[in-house]
Amino acid sequence: MVTPGISPQNPKTPPGIDPMVDPVTGEQRVIAPGHTFRSVTDKLTRIVLTPHTPLGWFFGFAFAGSFVVMLLVAVTWLFLKGTGIWAITIPVAWGFAIINFVWWIGIGHAGTLISAILLLFKQKWRNSINRFAEAMTLFAVVCAAMFPVIHTGRPWLAIYWLFPYPNTMNYWPQFRSPLMWDVFAVSTYATISVVFWYIGMIPDLGTLRDRANSKFGRFIYGQMALGWRGSARHWMRYETASLLLAGLATPLVLSVHTVISFDFAVAIMPGWHTTIFPPYFVAGAIYSGFAMVLTLAIPIRKFYHLEDLITIRHLDNCGKVMLATGFIVAYGYMTDIAYAWYSADKWEFFMAWNRIFGPMGWSYWVLIFSNILFPLTTLWSRRLRHNVAYLFIVSLIVNTGMWFERFVIVVTSLTRDYLPSSWGTYRATRWDYMTFVGTLGLFTFLFFLFIRLLPMIPMSEIRQLLPGAKINEAELQHKGGD
Amino acid sequence: MPVREGIYGLLAEFDTPTELVVAAKASYDAGYRRMDCYTPYPVEEAAEAMGFDEPKEKGVSRVCLLGGILGGLAMFTLESWISIWAYPLDVAGRGKFSWVAFIIPAYEWTILWAGLSAGFGMLALNRLPAPYHPVFNAPNFRNGATSDKFFLCLEADDPRFSVTETRSLLESLHPASVVEVEH
Repeated sequence: MVTPGISPQNPKTPPGIDPMVDPVTGEQRVIAPGHTFRSVTDKLTRIVLTPHTPLGWFFGFAFAGSFVVMLLVAVTWLFLKGTGIWAITIPVAWGFAIINFVWWIGIGHAGTLISAILLLFKQKWRNSINRFAEAMTLFAVVCAAMFPVIHTGRPWLAIYWLFPYPNTMNYWPQFRSPLMWDVFAVSTYATISVVFWYIGMIPDLGTLRDRANSKFGRFIYGQMALGWRGSARHWMRYETASLLLAGLATPLVLSVHTVISFDFAVAIMPGWHTTIFPPYFVAGAIYSGFAMVLTLAIPIRKFYHLEDLITIRHLDNCGKVMLATGFIVAYGYMTDIAYAWYSADKWEFFMAWNRIFGPMGWSYWVLIFSNILFPLTTLWSRRLRHNVAYLFIVSLIVNTGMWFERFVIVVTSLTRDYLPSSWGTYRATRWDYMTFVGTLGLFTFLFFLFIRLLPMIPMSEIRQLLPGAKINEAELQHKGGD
Repeated sequence: MPVREGIYGLLAEFDTPTELVVAAKASYDAGYRRMDCYTPYPVEEAAEAMGFDEPKEKGVSRVCLLGGILGGLAMFTLESWISIWAYPLDVAGRGKFSWVAFIIPAYEWTILWAGLSAGFGMLALNRLPAPYHPVFNAPNFRNGATSDKFFLCLEADDPRFSVTETRSLLESLHPASVVEVEH
C-alpha cells in the first residue's frame, strides 16, 4: 500500500540547510520534515507497545519509587503522631503544607494553559506538548491536594467539614471560608482536568488498541478507547466538546489560583491583604508551570528521541511565555513594595522591610535572583532560548524561585506580624523535607508510569499538522465537477 | 440491540483525505444518506460532504449549557439553604445570606457540571462506549482507520443500497479497496 502523498508539500531538505528551519518563513518548524501519518503512528505507538522497556526507564522508575516509599513513611508517621512532627506552630501555623500546595497547583496550571487557552487561540504548535502537559497538571494536582488533606491530621475525620453531605452530627460546612472555596476549586480543577485529558486521549487509545500485538493490550486499550472508531460524525461532536471543555477550563484555571490567592488575600495579615494577589498568583503559576514543562520535556525528548516532534520551536515558545509571565511576576513584586509604601500603614511597611532585610531576608534574595535577575535578563536572547542545556537550567532555577516565592509570602508575613511579643521563627523539620521531596518523587513516579503506558504525544492532533492532512481544494473542485 | 445478520454495508478505503471527501460528496449526490466516514483525525470536510452539520445539531453545546446552569443553581441553593436554615452561624449578628461568598463554589460547580456534561454528553450523543461495531469486522479497518487510512461506509439500510450498484459506484471513485462488512 502507498503511504499518503506527503512528498510534494513536505520535501526532504537538501544537505547544507538546517532541515528544522522553514526556508519560507525562516522560523523553526513545529515538526521535523519527512513525517507521514504512518511514521508518526509508528513512532509514538512503539514507545508504549514495545515489549522491550528501556533499561533507563526501570532505573528512573525505581529511583522515583524510592522517594514514594519515603513519602509513605513520612505520611504514616504523620498520621501516627499528628501534625506536631512538622515545624508548624504559632505564629507559623501553615508552613510547608501551604507552600507546597500553592507551588504544586501552580505547576499544574501550565498544563491547562497549553491544552485549553492555546487551543482557543489556535496555537497549533501546542499539539505536540499538550498531552504530557495535561498529565503534568493531573499529577501536580494530586501532589498539591495531598498537602491540605494531610495537614488536617486525620483526613478521614475532615470529610464532614470539607464536603457538604448529610451526616449524623447534623453538621454543615462554612461556605464563607476560603478553605471551603479551595475544596471546590481544587476538586473541580482535578475533575475537569481528568475529563479533558481522558477525552483527548480516546482516539489515541483507539490507535493503541488497533496496534497492540498482545491480546491483553488489545483488551485493555480496547476498553479504554470506549469503542472509538473515528466516525466523522463522532469527530465533529468530539471537536465541539473539546472546544467547550477548553472554553470552560480557561476561566477555571484562572479562578483556581485566584481562589488560592484568596486564602491569603482575605486574611488581614500584612503582606497578604492586597488586591494584586489574584493576577500575580496566576502569572506566577503559569511561569513555574512552563518551567516544569521544560524540566520534563527536555529529558523526555532526549531519552525517547522525540526531537523531531518536540522541536526547538516548542522549547523556544515555552521560553517566551516564561519571559512574559516572569515580567508580570516581577511587576507583582514591585506592586507589593509599592503597596506597602502607599498604604502608609506601618505594619505593611515593616513587613516589606522585614521581608527584604529581616532575618529571613536571604529567601527574598534567592527568589529575586532566580525569578527575575537570572531568567528575565537571559531569556531575551534567541540564541540562549535555542540552547537546550540553558533552558533546562533556567527551568530548574525558576521552579526553585517560585517555591521560594511562596516560602517568602507565607513565612515572612507570619513570623513577624502586629505584636512583637508573638514574633517567632520557622525552621522546617526533617518530616517537612521528607514529605516535600516525597511528593517530588510521587510526581516523577506517576510520570514514568504515564509515559510508559499511555500515548504521551497526541497522535491524532499531530496528524492534523502534517502537510498530508491538507484537503486538496483543486482536486476537490475538479472531481466534484465531473 | 437485536442481533442482525447479513451485510452491514460496503466499506471503501482511501489513501488521502481529499479522495475520501470527493467520494463522500459523490455518494451523497447519488442519493445515499445512510453512510459514515472514518478518519484517523477530524476531517471537517468529510462530515460536511455527507450533510452532517454539527454546529446546527447543537447537541453537545445544549447539554453543556444545561449542565452548567443546573450545577451553578444547585450549589448556590445548597449554600443558601445551609447558611440560612440548616446550619445558621450567627457571627456578631452579620447577615446569614452572604451571597457574595457563595458565588465562588457556585461558579466552580457551574464549570464542573458544564464540563462533565460536555464530556459525557458528547460520548452519549456518539453512542459511546460501544465496544462492538460492524465496521471492526472489515479486515482492513483496524489496520488504518486509526492511523493513516480514510474509509467511507455506505450502509445497507439505505433505501438506495444494492450490493452490485453501490459497489460499482464506490469503485468508480478510485478507492484502494472495497470490502463487504458483515454484521
